[in-house]
Amino acid sequence: MQHEIIISGFGGQGALFAGQLIAYGALAEDRHVTWIPSYGPEMRGGTAHCTVIISDQEIGSPLVRRPTAALVMNPPSFERYEPAIQPGGILVANANLIATVSARADIRAFAIKANEIATEFGSPQLANMVLTGALVTATGMLKLETLDYVLNERISARHRDKLALNKQCLRRGAALV
Amino acid sequence: MKELWEGNQAIAEAALRAGLEAYFGYPITPQTELLEYLSRKMPELGRAFVQAESEIGTINMVYGAASGGARAMTSSSSPGISLMQEGISYIVGSEVPAVIVDMMRGGPGLGNIAPGQADYFQLTKGGGHGDYHPIVLAPWSVQEAVDLTIGAFDLAEKYRHVVILAADGNIGQMMEPVEMPAPRKIEKRDRGWELTGAINREHRLISSIYLQPEVLHKHNEKIQAKQRAIEQNQVRYHEFLMDDAEYAVIAFGTSARVAHTAITWARAKGIRVGLHRPISLYPFPYARVAEISKRVRAILVVEMNAGQMLEDVRLGVAERVPVSFYGVMGGRVPFPDEVLPEIEKLVNSVH
Repeated sequence: MQHEIIISGFGGQGALFAGQLIAYGALAEDRHVTWIPSYGPEMRGGTAHCTVIISDQEIGSPLVRRPTAALVMNPPSFERYEPAIQPGGILVANANLIATVSARADIRAFAIKANEIATEFGSPQLANMVLTGALVTATGMLKLETLDYVLNERISARHRDKLALNKQCLRRGAALV
Repeated sequence: MKELWEGNQAIAEAALRAGLEAYFGYPITPQTELLEYLSRKMPELGRAFVQAESEIGTINMVYGAASGGARAMTSSSSPGISLMQEGISYIVGSEVPAVIVDMMRGGPGLGNIAPGQADYFQLTKGGGHGDYHPIVLAPWSVQEAVDLTIGAFDLAEKYRHVVILAADGNIGQMMEPVEMPAPRKIEKRDRGWELTGAINREHRLISSIYLQPEVLHKHNEKIQAKQRAIEQNQVRYHEFLMDDAEYAVIAFGTSARVAHTAITWARAKGIRVGLHRPISLYPFPYARVAEISKRVRAILVVEMNAGQMLEDVRLGVAERVPVSFYGVMGGRVPFPDEVLPEIEKLVNSVH
């Protein structure tokens, strides 16, 4: 099974970091993995996205047109990637910013009020962790405990006080799918 | 232990571990992270880092440092590599070792910062004036970029020649698991040609000027003999599912990654197709391509340019079988679903 994931949002919403967290998790589980960001003349406030591929076999193209799952954090990302998801795939959307609900019957779509939940935890910038917990659980691509391990290893000194909160947000997201 | 590395930083770290003593660079997307990484690490290790005034400056600093015997490198992306061509020609003419990284982007001109492969002609056919080909190595993964970077220094020193790592923006920006090799010790060495100060010995001269045509002719013959030795001994390629292949896709770098996926899909449809991937773009694997052309029915070349390696493939194939081409330009990276129909067209064209 190859998981082909696109994670997309406004710059600053933590789309690239969420993708890296998953990529580090895949490495910790000894899987093949690629992480590739959109890079280009990006605008402040523009949309940033990354593609993460996790596989049990050697990975060919690091870019995909039709992901098996997409995590979208803002309306432009929803418009671009919701139609692109492969049939049978998974959509995780931030319902606080995306009013539209997916009408596709051939995917499993989860609309999660991630900003609201993260704010309840006292840290609105952890919305990406809520969504990541949902994505990882809905796809079954990694164990949640692996992400705990990665957070332990990789969280910066500046954010170490939020380590437990990060893990709680992952679990809260996981519980919603 | 494997770690996740971004391509640019991984190449920089590999160069450090290969014993890089002097780095000269100038920022340009999509390779700036390479320079940025070395701007921190080189001073920490007591090695030379200079951000020059331009790419013309960086390549001439490499020329100078290498003439002094230092393991020297510069890196850039396509327009910057164009600027370096005069200096590259001088380095080849002077026979000093140098490593250059080209993180190719879309051209011509200023083009854009997205991944490209349109520097193939410039890199493999000489680029600067005079008769020479740099050794050109094209990685398709971050791990291979690391391995080839280390090897590039060995080749540069073995042949006293320019070695260019030809990657593209995708490989520079992508993160993949990498097993980093152990760092090498930097040893003081005198190989008999470097300028180390003529104390208690005859003076040495590093130059590319030979005013007498007969003398320059002889010098050129020596360089050409070296090129033939490189062509004999340094051909590298990788293949995937070629053993029973009736059709071959030939691609390098990121294009080969995309082709790899398309080939997997085509196999699932019962098409016996394989991948031949040149790793050394110079020396090009002409002999191997010729062998392949004797046992497949048709060949598809995929590149992120208008068909540059295609010309070398055609030389190897010598019209034995049809060669078709799929190329994207302008910094566009093809998706596998564009390459699969090209494979199917190839099959139909010979049926």
